[in-house]
Amino acid sequence: MSGHDHGGDGVSRRKVLECMTWAGTGVLWTVTGGVPRSLGIIDSAQAATAAAPGMSFLQISDSHVGFDKPANPNALGTLEEAVGKINAMPAKPSFMIHTGDITHLSKAAEFDNAERIISQSKLDVHYVPGEHDFLDEEVKLYRERYGRGTKGQGWYSFDAGGVHFIGLVNVVDLKAGGLGNLGAEQLAWLQDDLRGKSKSTPIVLFAHIPLWTVYPEWGWGTEDGGRALEQVKGFGSVTVLNGHIHQVMQKVEGNVTFHTARSTAFPQPAPGAAASPGPMKVEDARLRGMLGVASINFKQNEQRLAIIDTPLQG
Amino acid sequence: MKTLNRRAFGVDLGLALAAAILLPATSARADDMEIHIDNFVFQPAELKIKAGTTVTWTNRDDIPHTVVSAGKFRSKTLDTDDKFSFTFTNAGDYKYFCSLHPHMTGMIKVE
Ligand SMILES: [Cu+2]
Repeated sequence: MSGHDHGGDGVSRRKVLECMTWAGTGVLWTVTGGVPRSLGIIDSAQAATAAAPGMSFLQISDSHVGFDKPANPNALGTLEEAVGKINAMPAKPSFMIHTGDITHLSKAAEFDNAERIISQSKLDVHYVPGEHDFLDEEVKLYRERYGRGTKGQGWYSFDAGGVHFIGLVNVVDLKAGGLGNLGAEQLAWLQDDLRGKSKSTPIVLFAHIPLWTVYPEWGWGTEDGGRALEQVKGFGSVTVLNGHIHQVMQKVEGNVTFHTARSTAFPQPAPGAAASPGPMKVEDARLRGMLGVASINFKQNEQRLAIIDTPLQG
Repeated sequence: MKTLNRRAFGVDLGLALAAAILLPATSARADDMEIHIDNFVFQPAELKIKAGTTVTWTNRDDIPHTVVSAGKFRSKTLDTDDKFSFTFTNAGDYKYFCSLHPHMTGMIKVE
């Protein structure tokens, strides 16, 4: 893709996280020398080189299996297309994270269909739930499938490629008028989980709703997200990966990079750009561009806290 | 309609009587209120009603919502065009919200 700029000149490479999304399916991250770096896999030559020494993983989000409204009558189909793209990748990622809203209505058949398609990637998938995954009366379908070995409402951590990954749940016990919620129990667990970790350990936090405040008027943020971020403040490299808002957004604050991934199901409007954050209907020809092929060129301006998002178009 | 049908069938005299007695009340049901969910907003967001009024919420969004008032009432997940009704028998202020999108809030004031 043109316009992909490495932005390396003069800027500490360590702090530069470039990002390029690919085919609306996810963002490929590669870890080189212990530092996560996003990788545009459209540029396959670069991908092949950069992926060689490190570890790479993929983020997929908001598949909303079961969604059949005008914004995308076949969300399962576009998920399948996404998995097809993943399978065609020149460098196979080590694993995938799914940042929630696997299903639209938490129906057993939706979970089953999602699993049937996503498993075709033959990758280990580390899930966190979205609010759409906890809608069944007994709130058990997600937990039965993905809750094994997790704590509380489904949070957990694991290590891969020298990086410490922490999956958080911020879609439970939401308070009227509020935003996403982690809660005291999870925050205490997080503190415990980080205890004794070397500050040079790269940290990846992932959760469904953005842990940073994107747009509170639409509930796009996490009430006590700041308390989680405080706990990782001392770490040299922190990457926060979220979904929920069905569009790419990125911000860098000190050593922390915040990033949201696209949905594989339907786009949502930019903050405040529509009457509501509901599914955005675009012309059929544009849909895959909105989920789809677009790159994010990201240059960090160290002096400013800025959200830099690039319009999503093919 | 159901009431009328049952009465027409005359299956049960008691039921028929009950239905007959209920009929005048049916006209009072004109007071029953509707709230629509459009664009992630309860409309109207605030409603003043008399005790005994039934309020029906209809979700007209392409995204599911819920209607929850802590300790008072809780709907199931409402998909597009699903409805939830609650009859307010006691006076008071009932704050409610959508448990999936908690920035969506509403208020029912019952006199
Ligand atoms: Cu809602």
